[in-house]
Amino acid sequence: MMTKDSQEVHSRPFAASGIIALSIILLVISIFLAISLGAADIKLSVVWSAIFHFDSSNIEHQTIMELRLPRVLGGVMVGASFAVAGAIMQGLTRNPMADSGLLGLNSGAGFAMAICFAFFPGLSFMYLMLCTFVGAGIGAGMVYGISSLTRGGMTPVRLVLAGAALSALFSALSEIITLHFNIGQSIAFWYAGGVAGTKWSQLLIMFPWVVAALLGAIIISRSISMLSLGEEIAKGLGQRTKVVRLVATILVLVLAGSAVSVVGPVAFVGLLIPHLARYLVGVDYRWIIPCSAVLGSLLVVLADLSARIINPPQEVPIGALISLIGIPFFLYLANKERREL
Amino acid sequence: MIRESIPEALKIRQKSTGWLVMTVLGLLIIAMFVLSMNTGFIHLSPLELWETLLGHGTAKQELILLQFRLPRIVISVLVGAGLALSGCIMQGISRNALADSGILGINAGAGLVVVLFVSTYSITAEVPKFALPFLALLGGGATAALIYTLSYRRDGGIQPTRLILTGIAVGAGISSAMIVLMLKLSEQNYKLVSLWLAGNISGVTWRDVVSLLPWIVILIPYVFTKSRFLNVLSLGEARAKGLGVSVSREQLKLLAVAVGLAASSVSVSGGIGFVGLIGPHLARRLVGSRHELLLPTSALIGSLLVITADTLGRWVLQPTEIPTGLVVAIIGSPYFLYLLAKAKN
Repeated sequence: MMTKDSQEVHSRPFAASGIIALSIILLVISIFLAISLGAADIKLSVVWSAIFHFDSSNIEHQTIMELRLPRVLGGVMVGASFAVAGAIMQGLTRNPMADSGLLGLNSGAGFAMAICFAFFPGLSFMYLMLCTFVGAGIGAGMVYGISSLTRGGMTPVRLVLAGAALSALFSALSEIITLHFNIGQSIAFWYAGGVAGTKWSQLLIMFPWVVAALLGAIIISRSISMLSLGEEIAKGLGQRTKVVRLVATILVLVLAGSAVSVVGPVAFVGLLIPHLARYLVGVDYRWIIPCSAVLGSLLVVLADLSARIINPPQEVPIGALISLIGIPFFLYLANKERREL
Repeated sequence: MIRESIPEALKIRQKSTGWLVMTVLGLLIIAMFVLSMNTGFIHLSPLELWETLLGHGTAKQELILLQFRLPRIVISVLVGAGLALSGCIMQGISRNALADSGILGINAGAGLVVVLFVSTYSITAEVPKFALPFLALLGGGATAALIYTLSYRRDGGIQPTRLILTGIAVGAGISSAMIVLMLKLSEQNYKLVSLWLAGNISGVTWRDVVSLLPWIVILIPYVFTKSRFLNVLSLGEARAKGLGVSVSREQLKLLAVAVGLAASSVSVSGGIGFVGLIGPHLARRLVGSRHELLLPTSALIGSLLVITADTLGRWVLQPTEIPTGLVVAIIGSPYFLYLLAKAKN
């Protein structure tokens, strides 16, 4: 299902660490750019002094600290989360089309969100996030359940089809809840997908989960490399595949769930980035995972920046923007995999 | 993905069974009409309905029946039939059991053009309704052409699964474009468009009926005349060619008709999916695979489905009216998943 190279795991540590270092530099540059550009442009020197010598009486400093910085950091976390979740899923399922948006996780999380807004208004962000974990789990569980029930087992296509149908179901249900409880106003901004409203309090709650899950992903990355060779080979190499799968699934739910709770159901980051990472650093997940994290952050931060500067003062939802990049890529994958279809 | 094996495609049910099934479906539609009148914010009991139909009702009852409910019911019947037939044709020519104008993204394409058009009008101006089906046809046709081109391979022609995956992706792209467009709308127009997208037939009037009726009335008989060709085609392209049918030209004509039926329906009802999937499937179970029976039965099931969904939408969560498209999605997506699970590869 993957390319021929995956027959043998070969990594290129020097090239890979170079690429990751370069990506980190790009990410830092784009973070500074994203803070300084926008409805009101702020000089980079002011950005620097706002971060390192904060002056609460300075309006530009306030804009940076209260609006731009949390937004950009939100983008960093969300991008890393979606991308690493996608990378793990692709390695685990050996399915090149795996992505939390395509496999029902995002719409399940969205449904959980709608229920929370309707029945438990004023729920704290912490519980909201835990609910989206559960929702993502239900969505993923249903897609996998259905596609493994099918005669002939799961194929990439079946997963995508099941994901599409389930997303239709969940979004219809969410929309009915939204209509009935008249919560359209409060939830619409979130569905459109964007990091615009990210608050420090949200970031602080989300941060430990995301960091823990990313570390977890790096810790099990070697096992994921083995699993990506196939269940049999991994077992032969002494992997306890069930444990690895369980841990990896939990990591995916935490990553996708917390990202969705901040940014809304943004698809295609998890599809696009791991492929790019695999292209750059080879097929070893010890390199793919950190590289995906950095590139995912870069993509979301840049998408958010473009969303702000394309047509100010209006903002384009980054979900839509990323889809426009992601869809041609999806089509490419769908065509490439034709022997499978 | 799901190909009818040849013996199954040739499975012929008695004609009398077909007529019986169609009669029962017709009766069910009438029963649902009566039930539909008896539910909702303002309702007419069956007796009042009968009196009103005979012309003995009060002015208020006549107003409710003639101005509010009847156009809505007629639209449900027409849209259901149009979408189901469109799905039936697409499944026939692609020999893919999961084909449906909604899943293939054609509804979304038709919708995008309609939304673009409606949103450029101010809310007070009357939109020229008759133009909408044409615009929808333009959007749906362009989308169909795009999907067809993207999934065409010189070596292997059109493969059913690739067609569907491409359809899903193109549909997602159109939805993204729609989200971006909707941001520019005024609040009033935004509400209008989002209701429309959810598949809403609550606000329809006789003008909508008049704009949709010619399409359905002209295209449905045409489809029926092609039922024998669809039978031949369901045996497989090679066999159809062997039987002397100019396959690709006929396929293209029928595809155009299918897009026309779906697009004109969607231009009035908004985004209602899954009808084209469910109608033909249930019909095939009831009357077998011969298109002489399959086509009319699909159309009747489609009508019944939409009118039922519309009634449920008004009744289940009163006073909130659930847009019909959402009810159909809640019935339709589990059915899609069931088909997917059952499919042999």
